[in-house]
Amino acid sequence: MDDIDRRIVNALQGGFPLTRRPFADAAAPLGLSEAELIGRIRKLRESGVLSRFGPMFNADRFGGHNTLAAMVVPEERFDEVAELVNAFDEVAHNYARDHSFNMWFVVAAESRVRVDEVLAEIAARTGISVHDMPKQREFLVQLRFEA
Amino acid sequence: MELNDRDLNLISALCGGLALDSRPYYVLGRAIGMDENEVVERLRALRQAGIIRRLGVIVRHHELGYKANAMVVWDVPDDEIAEIGRRLGACPEVSLCYRRPRRLPGWPYCLFTMIHGRDRAEVEASLAALAMREGVSHYPHEALFSTRRFKQCGARYIPKTAAE
Repeated sequence: MDDIDRRIVNALQGGFPLTRRPFADAAAPLGLSEAELIGRIRKLRESGVLSRFGPMFNADRFGGHNTLAAMVVPEERFDEVAELVNAFDEVAHNYARDHSFNMWFVVAAESRVRVDEVLAEIAARTGISVHDMPKQREFLVQLRFEA
Repeated sequence: MELNDRDLNLISALCGGLALDSRPYYVLGRAIGMDENEVVERLRALRQAGIIRRLGVIVRHHELGYKANAMVVWDVPDDEIAEIGRRLGACPEVSLCYRRPRRLPGWPYCLFTMIHGRDRAEVEASLAALAMREGVSHYPHEALFSTRRFKQCGARYIPKTAAE
């Protein structure tokens, strides 16, 4: 990554133009041509710095439901439980964290009913309580990763 | 905002990302039988309504060098959650800030923040600086560092109808 790549990543984390020639419009203030910007974004995506070029949706605004769930998993059962949890399509990500509440995952589905079913099924199949911690309020953040 | 079938088709088509083409909205529309102007107008409305949170580069923070992240959780009195949540959310170190329910007796925390850094020491330093600066260090809090990441993918679900 060089300075130009860093400027692209810093400038385009949101606010991509909704115009007929968006790459041209985004390229101009960066001092790049449309073709240069497209080429660099393609390379950044190929190298894995970008997971995607496109939208980040606010999933709970279109009828779906999601929650953060936590479990206290005995260390010797951790891998087995992780495998079971990750096998659900509804589990969007899962992190091990260094706490007695050591497994944290997001469950997202088309309805609250389905999310509750997934949580209940995980609890039933593991015999471990699943703590449902849905978002009650979101506070505005600056959300920028400086490259 | 009430979503109709055309919006949902568009959202579905957009999930995979934008074409790296000089006219990406034309390419997107062609796949679902929608002209470029309609695509642009509908996307503007979706962004305005907050359904599209952001449009642009989606970075893998790990690959950018942000190799450590801590979920920092706070136990603050109920009547102070809104004010402290707003303040912590506005801090440059914080990339997410949510109120979530306590799960007593084991889990007293109600405010969840995310702090990223290049390594664990940087995250700890950021947290200490933030807690001091914002005057919140006396509230019980814990930093839960991630030790393994199993799955990180966008949730890929689109309701079949807007009514669901």
